[in-house]
Amino acid sequence: MNPTNYLVLSVILFAIGASGVLIRRNALVAFMSVELMLNAANLAFVTFARMHGNLDGQIVAFFVMVVAAAEVVVGLAIIVTIFRTRRSASVDDASLLKL
Amino acid sequence: MTSTLSALATAVATEGGHGGGQAVAEATGVFDLTWLLIAFPLLGAAILLLGGRRTDKVGHLIGCAASIASFVMGVVLFFAMLGEPADGRAFTVQLWEFVNAGGYSVDVSLLLDQLSISFVLLITGVGSLIHVYSIGYMEHDERRRRFFGYLNLFVAAMLLLVLASDYLVLFIGWEGVGLASYLLIGFWQHKNSAAVAAKKAFVVNRVGDMGMVLAMASMITVFGSTAFDAVFASAEGASTGWLTAIGLFLLLGACGKSAQFPLQSWLLDAMEGPTPVSALIHAATMVTAGVYLIVRSAAIYDLAPDARTAVVVVGAITLLMGAIIGCAKDDIKKALAGSTMSQIGYMTLAAGLGPAGYAFAIFHLLTHGFFKANMFLGAGSVMHGMHDEVNMRRYGGLRIMMPITFVTFAMGYLAIIGIPPFAGYFSKDRIIEAAFADNWITGLATLLGAGITAFYMTRLMLMTFFGNRRWQHSEPPHESPSVMTVPLIVLAVLSVVGGFGLLYLGADIVDWLAPVTGEEHHELPMPLWLLITITLATVVVGVAIAWALYGRRAVREDVPAGNPLTVAARNDLYGDAFNEAVFMRPGQYLTRSLVYFENRGVDGAVVGTATAVGGLSGRLRRWQTGFVRSYAVTMLGGVGVVVLAMLLVRLP
Repeated sequence: MNPTNYLVLSVILFAIGASGVLIRRNALVAFMSVELMLNAANLAFVTFARMHGNLDGQIVAFFVMVVAAAEVVVGLAIIVTIFRTRRSASVDDASLLKL
Repeated sequence: MTSTLSALATAVATEGGHGGGQAVAEATGVFDLTWLLIAFPLLGAAILLLGGRRTDKVGHLIGCAASIASFVMGVVLFFAMLGEPADGRAFTVQLWEFVNAGGYSVDVSLLLDQLSISFVLLITGVGSLIHVYSIGYMEHDERRRRFFGYLNLFVAAMLLLVLASDYLVLFIGWEGVGLASYLLIGFWQHKNSAAVAAKKAFVVNRVGDMGMVLAMASMITVFGSTAFDAVFASAEGASTGWLTAIGLFLLLGACGKSAQFPLQSWLLDAMEGPTPVSALIHAATMVTAGVYLIVRSAAIYDLAPDARTAVVVVGAITLLMGAIIGCAKDDIKKALAGSTMSQIGYMTLAAGLGPAGYAFAIFHLLTHGFFKANMFLGAGSVMHGMHDEVNMRRYGGLRIMMPITFVTFAMGYLAIIGIPPFAGYFSKDRIIEAAFADNWITGLATLLGAGITAFYMTRLMLMTFFGNRRWQHSEPPHESPSVMTVPLIVLAVLSVVGGFGLLYLGADIVDWLAPVTGEEHHELPMPLWLLITITLATVVVGVAIAWALYGRRAVREDVPAGNPLTVAARNDLYGDAFNEAVFMRPGQYLTRSLVYFENRGVDGAVVGTATAVGGLSGRLRRWQTGFVRSYAVTMLGGVGVVVLAMLLVRLP
């Protein structure tokens, strides 16, 4: 199978993830879209590793997974806290850090 | 004072030739105590001004004691000086070092010589008499102690001025008398006119002081020093241009202090001060400081003929201006002030004639100090008896009510118009002779001045002491107490014998001053007896005209319209109007336009920039919406730009 297809899939996934972050208001959905973008990047890394015949891309993919896991922990904790205090999971409601 | 004068005359030895460079010795013995002259009145001023109300009761006595102590010290020094040989009568007293910066140093040291001792005796002698007079004149003023404190301060500053041996130290005294003059003109500061007059005197004097500062700066540039001995010794080597500049700067300073044209305007207003102040500061002593300065700087003026010509011109203009103003004033003090201007014009003119005139300038200065102080105090006595009325149109026939004031005033009157053998005849006649010997124009100016002097003084005399009584009969005038009349009598005696005594009792004041000022004999263009006759005839004509106008017919109580010259003279020959139009208004417009520029230009630029930055940041703030999505778009856009840039860079 042509590895280019995986790259195309990766781009499509990234695009879906990016538009999800930009469009959706629900913090959880936006968060999942971020995960989708990360995984699209992972897919691209693994594909490149395969194409170049070395393990560099796979190692980076593992790093990304670790970072993503840590990010999920922190991110979900923040979202849950916001939901508890404001009874809303909309990212637009949390817009107080402006003048 | 009289014994002093005769002693002055008897012991003076003859010193011929062109002097001006006598050796100056370190002071020893009694001369070492010269500083006491200044210390006494300074201490008096300190006690009176710092002592506060505790010294209210004895303040006037302390003030008089300080002044008299200084006078006694002056007499002692004078007699000690007579005991020295004629060419060894100059002494310096080194006190302390004042400034030492690199190659420039200033010592506070006093120079006691024939010129300064003459001034010391005038200042402390006449000053003491006026102190005594003030006890009576200021009796009902609750701030009398302060008045005496200021008078003592003035005497101390004036003595420092004439005793200094360095222009910078002289300048301290110069400013000190300016301060005392300011404080005393505005002594009755509750009167707006007095406060304004004091401010005017202060401001006009600052103009003159700029001349002094420029002169000293030029001296430091050219000679590297402001000490008299250093400057005079190296004056020969300096360029004429610099010497002329220094001479003109000094003349500007002298004009400010001595109320000479074009800085004459403050003196007439200065009559707002109490009358003893007018007598002491604005007639006898301080206003003659300019003449002293020019005579003291003889070594510079001798080498700068152009500067000397300027001095003569200024003197001639002022002597005529002052005389004309004196003719039209109805305020007795202002008429005398115009006369003072005119007489100082004579002195300045004489000082501008060089070695031929220096001694005559000082001679006239001394006699003028006597008779003008006498007449001012007489005017004060008249005002005292007339309930502070100064308008001569409300006087008349006072010779019956105030016999002592009348007789003493008459002595001063005869002295100033130059009737022999009164003091003014000798001194003014010498100046007229010297002026004619120099050239015809200055000679005629002094002669004309003498005629006008006779006119306005006769007018003043007739309006005050003769003619119809124009005062309110409900409160008849009375003679002043003896504490005021005794100084008048002493000064009247000096007005009578001062000129004769200084000139003929033993030897000549010209010879006495010769070691300091130099001496030069002049050739008159006509026989001396003819000139004296012409002068006396001019005086008689002036008196006759005044008698025809004010003696033969009754003086009107209202002010007549007068011809254009009279109106101009009443307005001080438009000196104030000129200053106002040429200096004050443009200055006001300048400041107004500067304020406008400051408000609109400078402030506008600063405030405008701030507003622009504020507005811009207000716009920029809108970018921060607080919506995560919009930040994400920005990030995405940024990433897109970075990727695009990398592609563009790596494309080839």
